[in-house]
Amino acid sequence: MSVPRFWREIPQRYNLIGNKCEICSKVYFPPRESCPVCRRKSIGHIKDLKLSGKGEVFTYSIIHVSSGEFEEQVPYPIAIIKLDEGPMITAQIVDCDPDCVKIGMRVESTFRQIQQDGYTGALYYGYKFKKV
Amino acid sequence: METLGIVSYGADIPRLRITAHEIASVWGKDGATISKGLGIIEKSVPSIDQDTATISVESARAALRRCHINPQDIGAIYVGSESHPYAVKPTGTIVGEAIGATPDLMVADYEFACKAGTAAIQTCMGFVKANMIKYGLAIGADTSQAAPGDALEYSASAGGAAYIIGKKNVIASLNHTYSFTTDTPDFWRRAERKYPSHGGRFTGAPAYFKHVTTCATTLMKKAGTSPEDYDYAVFHQPNGKFPVSVAYKLGFSKEQITQGLIVPYIGNTYSGASMVGLASVLDVAKPGDKIMVTSYGSGAGSDGFDITVTDHIEQLERSNAPSIKQMVDDKQYISYGVYAKLTDLLYWE
Amino acid sequence: MRDVAVIGVGLTKFGEIWDRSFRQLIVEAGSKAILDAGIEGKDIDAMYVGSMSSGRFIGQEHVGALVADASGFYNLHIPSTRVEGACASGGLAVRQGYLSVASGVNDIVVIGGIEKMNDVAGTSATETLATAADQEWEAFFGATFPGLYAFIATRHMHEYGTTKEQLAQVAVKNHANGALNPYAQYQKEIKLEHAINATMVAYPLGLLDCSPVTDGSAAVVLCSAERAKEFTDTPVKIIGAGQASDSLALHGRRDITTLDATVHAAQMAYKQAKVTSKDIQLAEVHDCFTIAEICAIEDLGFVKKGDGGKAIDNNITTRDGSQPVNTSGGLKAKGHPVGATGVAQIIEIVLQLQGRAEKRQIPDARIGLAHNVGGSGATCTVHIMEGM
Ligand SMILES: [Zn+2]
Repeated sequence: MSVPRFWREIPQRYNLIGNKCEICSKVYFPPRESCPVCRRKSIGHIKDLKLSGKGEVFTYSIIHVSSGEFEEQVPYPIAIIKLDEGPMITAQIVDCDPDCVKIGMRVESTFRQIQQDGYTGALYYGYKFKKV
Repeated sequence: METLGIVSYGADIPRLRITAHEIASVWGKDGATISKGLGIIEKSVPSIDQDTATISVESARAALRRCHINPQDIGAIYVGSESHPYAVKPTGTIVGEAIGATPDLMVADYEFACKAGTAAIQTCMGFVKANMIKYGLAIGADTSQAAPGDALEYSASAGGAAYIIGKKNVIASLNHTYSFTTDTPDFWRRAERKYPSHGGRFTGAPAYFKHVTTCATTLMKKAGTSPEDYDYAVFHQPNGKFPVSVAYKLGFSKEQITQGLIVPYIGNTYSGASMVGLASVLDVAKPGDKIMVTSYGSGAGSDGFDITVTDHIEQLERSNAPSIKQMVDDKQYISYGVYAKLTDLLYWE
Repeated sequence: MRDVAVIGVGLTKFGEIWDRSFRQLIVEAGSKAILDAGIEGKDIDAMYVGSMSSGRFIGQEHVGALVADASGFYNLHIPSTRVEGACASGGLAVRQGYLSVASGVNDIVVIGGIEKMNDVAGTSATETLATAADQEWEAFFGATFPGLYAFIATRHMHEYGTTKEQLAQVAVKNHANGALNPYAQYQKEIKLEHAINATMVAYPLGLLDCSPVTDGSAAVVLCSAERAKEFTDTPVKIIGAGQASDSLALHGRRDITTLDATVHAAQMAYKQAKVTSKDIQLAEVHDCFTIAEICAIEDLGFVKKGDGGKAIDNNITTRDGSQPVNTSGGLKAKGHPVGATGVAQIIEIVLQLQGRAEKRQIPDARIGLAHNVGGSGATCTVHIMEGM
């Protein structure tokens, strides 16, 4: 991850800014340039929408073998969460025993450090989720 | 009538805890004696993904959930901490972006040992009073460091609180503030050092006690109050002993300080300490309650506040964010080994 | 469009090949395929190379030209193109070669697939494989590649009652097949209880639910069907070549437990081949994880959605079953050098249809299918082959 690549997505990483097609009402996260349902009709009619950060676990795993960046956190639960506005999102589940994560569990977003570029690089923050 | 004061507040305390007993057992000390001597049962520990920025953001978001102000109306953010995640690069910008207060915003990070957060409150008071901003956000948060085996290892913990300062819908008016400041090097961390150093018993009488006592006494004189006028008193709490002892010395009772004394259960959250104590009081405060807060920051100085809770506190949606008690009770214990991993003691390269 | 046939195949040993380089491996596979086809360099109209991440694994891009050079064909100036689609890079390279011959542009093409994965440390291999996932919205947040398939497994278990034991059965079956394949990374059988109780990688997937990190290369020679018999008595015709894509991130899919890319690529291939799933006598499917084989046989239509876990108990996918799957040992036991996998799958089907699969031979095999997936299902190719 480079600084510009992270910085560009700050609205999404910090505040779950997605977007909504005003024609079919479908909500997207991350935001899409156009609605894949309405396609060209949606151009100019797809507006930013801040998502509530509330949703439920749709499926999950507990990562025991991670990439280097996450090695100190294993084993950690991670899930695909169905947000109340509709979109699915992949995020870690924190503040609970790995075993407590279940399909259907209500969760809400929390602000955490996601990665850091080693001991001298930038710190990257964003969303994780915790049990409600 | 417009009153200068607190519009909302929020706090964040990491969930992990290590007991004084567990730390003592690693260093061959008697946990029961140390725990009793310091008045600390256990302390909070940041998880690997928590730092002063995340605690500040979560505290600020908690404050915003309780009231209904537009984050764009926040004109200044000051974050006090001695553990900003970057030495150079502000924590306040992260908070500003994460709560949606950017870009028409004044931001700076503060450092004044354990009183940088209350200094941030004073700054916001000035701007609001001068009508330069509508609301100011003052945060005190830390993930404080302690060298392995040092006495501070039993107390240095993580947590913080955020206060929105304004003139509209004030839940607690800030009637008077006073600061007492001298140059007293009782505790410090040199630039580029990982752990702080301290003057041992020098941190007591000439430092903590002199500053807190003088500040509180002068504040009461200015406010025309005496200890019995207050329903609650909150003192900086580097351990469980100092605030109790200073309270008694000033003429406050146990009943007045208990609600704001959180250090036995979470340790010293440094810049967050007196602000988390005040948050605990606001969790239960009723209209008309009078509160005195006196912070202390090594180096050294104390900020005192004379506060009156207003009727509007009944409108604040306090249950929209967890109370200090709920956060104190929601905990998970870790071993010293895990603590060592989380606090980077095991780093090598 | 004209018919296209496979006229030659070549494979290196799969595994931790410490003493052989990227160049040596692909030249070995390519040379074997060329010799098997009985062609010469001057006969080759074009080359396609499938490689997922030579850039991260060996720090070398531009491997189309590199392969032309290493094989000694640089002075013939044969067009050589690298094709990338994560773990489906090999299948995509085959399809690109197929299309170039089917279109009439080329007569004879050589397709190589390769990955040299063990020149980097394990964590680095994990991170490189994770680049097949959505870097911004999956990997950044801590999702690993096994983690994504674990998401599928957890949901499959939840919706259809699939069990950890059924996952383990896939590993046991594929290891039993791999034990008969001299090119396989793991040529030994494993016990069900070991597969069930293996150390966790990404719950619910244990180590024996996962395909290994592998070095290896595979190559095939394609030729227009009308000329195929000039080179071999047993050409194998590609009668269907399907490809489809889907959302890069797993969380963007219509249904987490269905790989729509597989469904669509299969429909395209079945339609072209004028066959149905029932006509497929054996298949190599993309079992990068045990759950992936279960989903694949459902999405290819071998069993009803949700019944994939029961396929081994119901004697469908075993070697003596009604539709044997992964007789080579699959990615699980044969190994998974990602860019080589899609080509190696084609080779197993060709060998079976030619009656050259030795101890793993399925009697009277006439129509077979190869199914190659990229990422968690964002890319898929399906090739259907028939002996001529
Ligand atoms: Zn639409």
